Amino acid sequence: MAPEPDIVIIGGGNAALCAAMTAAEAGARVRILEAAPKPYRGGNSRHTRNFRCMHSGPLGPLIDRYSEDEYFEDLLKVTGGKTDETLARLAIRLSEECLPWMEAHGVRFQPSLSGTLSLARTNAFFLGGGKGLVNAYYRTAEKLGVEVSYEAPVTHLEFDENRIVRVDYTQNGETHHVSPKAVIVASGGFQADIDWLTRAWGPAAQNFLIRGTPYNRGVVLADLLDQGVEQVGDPTQCHAVAIDGRAPKYDGGIVTRLDCVPFSIVVNKHAERFYDEGEDVWPKRYAIWGRLVAAQPYQVGYVIIDAKSINLFMPSVFPPIKADTLEELAAKMDLPADKLLKTVDEFNAACGDTSSFHPTELDGVSTTNLTPPKTNWARPITEAPFYGYSLRTGVTFTYLGLKVDENAQCSIGNRPVANMWAAGETMAGSILGQGYLAGFGMTIGTVFGRIAGREAARYAN
Amino acid sequence: MQTDLIQEARRQAEICNACRYCEGYCSVFPALHRERAFSDGDITQLANLCHNCRGCYYACQYTEPHEFALNLPKALAEVRHDSWKSHAWPQGFATLFDKSGVAIGAGLLLAFTFLFVLAQALRPESGEGFYAYMSHGLMVAVFAPAFLLPLAALAVSLRGYWGTVGGGSLAVSDIWDACRSAGRMKNLEGGHGDGCNFEDEDRFSHARRHFHQATLYGFLLCFASTSSGTVLHYGFGMEAPYGLFSLPKLFGVPGGILLCIGAAGLAWLKTKADRNLGAPKVWGGEMAFVLLLFAVSATGLALYAATGTGAVGWLLPVHLGTVLTFFLLTPYSKTAHGFFRMAALTKEAASKRAAAI
Ligand SMILES: Cc1cc2nc3c(=O)[nH]c(=O)nc-3n(C[C@H](O)[C@H](O)[C@H](O)COP(=O)(O)OP(=O)(O)OC[C@H]3O[C@@H](n4cnc5c(N)ncnc54)[C@H](O)[C@@H]3O)c2cc1C
Ligand code: SF4
Ligand code: SF4
Repeated sequence: MAPEPDIVIIGGGNAALCAAMTAAEAGARVRILEAAPKPYRGGNSRHTRNFRCMHSGPLGPLIDRYSEDEYFEDLLKVTGGKTDETLARLAIRLSEECLPWMEAHGVRFQPSLSGTLSLARTNAFFLGGGKGLVNAYYRTAEKLGVEVSYEAPVTHLEFDENRIVRVDYTQNGETHHVSPKAVIVASGGFQADIDWLTRAWGPAAQNFLIRGTPYNRGVVLADLLDQGVEQVGDPTQCHAVAIDGRAPKYDGGIVTRLDCVPFSIVVNKHAERFYDEGEDVWPKRYAIWGRLVAAQPYQVGYVIIDAKSINLFMPSVFPPIKADTLEELAAKMDLPADKLLKTVDEFNAACGDTSSFHPTELDGVSTTNLTPPKTNWARPITEAPFYGYSLRTGVTFTYLGLKVDENAQCSIGNRPVANMWAAGETMAGSILGQGYLAGFGMTIGTVFGRIAGREAARYAN
Repeated sequence: MQTDLIQEARRQAEICNACRYCEGYCSVFPALHRERAFSDGDITQLANLCHNCRGCYYACQYTEPHEFALNLPKALAEVRHDSWKSHAWPQGFATLFDKSGVAIGAGLLLAFTFLFVLAQALRPESGEGFYAYMSHGLMVAVFAPAFLLPLAALAVSLRGYWGTVGGGSLAVSDIWDACRSAGRMKNLEGGHGDGCNFEDEDRFSHARRHFHQATLYGFLLCFASTSSGTVLHYGFGMEAPYGLFSLPKLFGVPGGILLCIGAAGLAWLKTKADRNLGAPKVWGGEMAFVLLLFAVSATGLALYAATGTGAVGWLLPVHLGTVLTFFLLTPYSKTAHGFFRMAALTKEAASKRAAAI
């Protein structure tokens, strides 16, 4: 039997690994308990592609500069002000030193991927994506002596007043206990527990797809909140986007995204439009469509486009449904044909001059006298073949989490938990109350993972 | 070509095209991302661009047990192997690809016996070095056709390949591009310069790249050695044996050593790597090919070392037997990959140039 670790880290994603490497470098004996089996290690982090990084001049793959204030402004815009300024600025400021640290720990970057040029200045892309990052970190962590147990989900943390005295986990069907000096919680949100989502959101959540790992079921989060550890974030909220309706229930990841909405009309099960498809460029509207679709009957939407738009967006993972007539498309998509024809006719009639159509800019090519309107890229759906996609709500993460301070330390009953820190998704609600900024999840995990590792090691040594 | 193999590679390529996370690893992804739909020719071209560095397997979040079951290195390896077969000329020899191990074994035995008997029967009256065992005229009579005919067959194959992948006209710069890429083994560098994944799962290393370089340059040096010998013989009337400071030896000895090290290294790496990330059915044949390369260089060096001893009498047909087997099987064995790879790299350079205009 290996000696008891100084620090147990719950979770095996980005935040956990950053904490583990930092603590091991500070001399602590570290053990990671990861719920997933090895091929699925790394949680949602394995699905990521970049992190958002402040920089005062060109840095690694990043061009130009991205100042603390600009970064913070961007964050305020998407969170509508629901941001903890101290913690957010801390994350932003420290993101700059993260990039070289990540490289030193094995992460390699690549230039902004084709189709994502808009992020070339702000976001550094991982070569090979998040799984490449996770693999590199596991290698580095193991070299530093970190011990990793797979298929070892933690079930309970035992408190004595404001200290964790025991960690319970199962492995090979048996319950095990460890009593480390310190614990770091980095086990993500609860979005994979559909029952919990349903309790929080309502019955519609049964039809949601989970974009990431099936292992983030919030077991540790629930256990801690039940015992009175301080919580933060709206329990009823989650980050959700509209994805390909044919995506797998879990773990579909990035490829299930669909970028065709701005060039389409989107209808519900009754073949009725329900929202302005051309409100803004897609990256800015990606997130609201998750909610819009969730509010429709059966939580499903149908995108209809025609031949002239089919090459205007990133290719989809599954080929679109294709038909020579709208009637045939309606039949293939199980929509009422007469209703769909009527909706398309009304839409087409409301379209006007399309000569200034421009696929990548707000072109003002809009409908007149139509509710809801389409305010940009409104071109009539006329050219066969016609194409369709179904849309469903894909949940990225939940906001409910553990409240932490600048040292990533958790608290219980208004005093700190003496030996417990939290990092990553599980405490991201401490910073973001709503909304999301692309690449900020990995920034939070890296910054607070390193802080938690440092603090836990200081305590344990 | 086998449509099920192409279809499987296409299914995976479509997933990659929606993902793009591996864009930085190699030439395959930028080429893939230029297309929206993949014809059979496109898939064949992507397959021959792939160097099986495996970076995109270990970095993929969709490998089994995930239902998307991505294993692009394997899917492309199977199409690649199949494309060599279906372009082989004459078609009747295509099945040799699937039986490389047997073909090499049988080839060696036959070539050795043939040369040994020939050498015994036509042993020259006089002659120095190995010409004491086999006359220059006889060697040329055997090896000139054994070298030129396979090259001609390969040229027909490559023309077919060029048609399949829709290759158009070429600029000199495209060929230069391809040579530079192959010369550096850029596609085994991994984009970040840390090398590729092969012998130890997701750990990046240059081992495979370096052993492959040694093999390639060793082979080219050996080739230069033979060519310079031919030039000396015909151009300057200088006949073998050559001294240590002659061109054939200055090319041949380091070349032979490099080829030995490279082939042995590649064989060793092959035993460590996961067979299921290549085309598992041809693993044995590929191994036999690497060992044949090793045998070519090792017997060549041994022959040199044995100069002046009686061992030359049997070492010579052994060495020449390995060389003959290697030459004859060139269009129907892994040797062909080098030629198809150059064609694919050249086509990619031309496509990149066209896309940039
Ligand atoms: C498809 C997709 C793409 C994304 N792209 C990006 C992006 O490009 N950039 C970005 O910044 N963010 C992105 N995000 C968000 C990002 O994934 C998260 O913010 C980030 O990965 C969180 O890291 P983490 O370490 O906190 O959690 P995770 O990486 O999810 O790790 C949680 C870990 O805890 C383990 N675990 C769960 N329960 C237990 C238990 N009871 N016991 C033991 N272990 C447990 C899990 O198995 C997992 O290993 C994306 C999310 C998704 C779904
Ligand atoms: S191999 Fe996997 S990670 Fe890489 S581009 Fe393809 S789908 Fe994406
Ligand atoms: S195995 Fe290597 S060379 Fe082949 S496609 Fe994948 S990354 Fe590219």
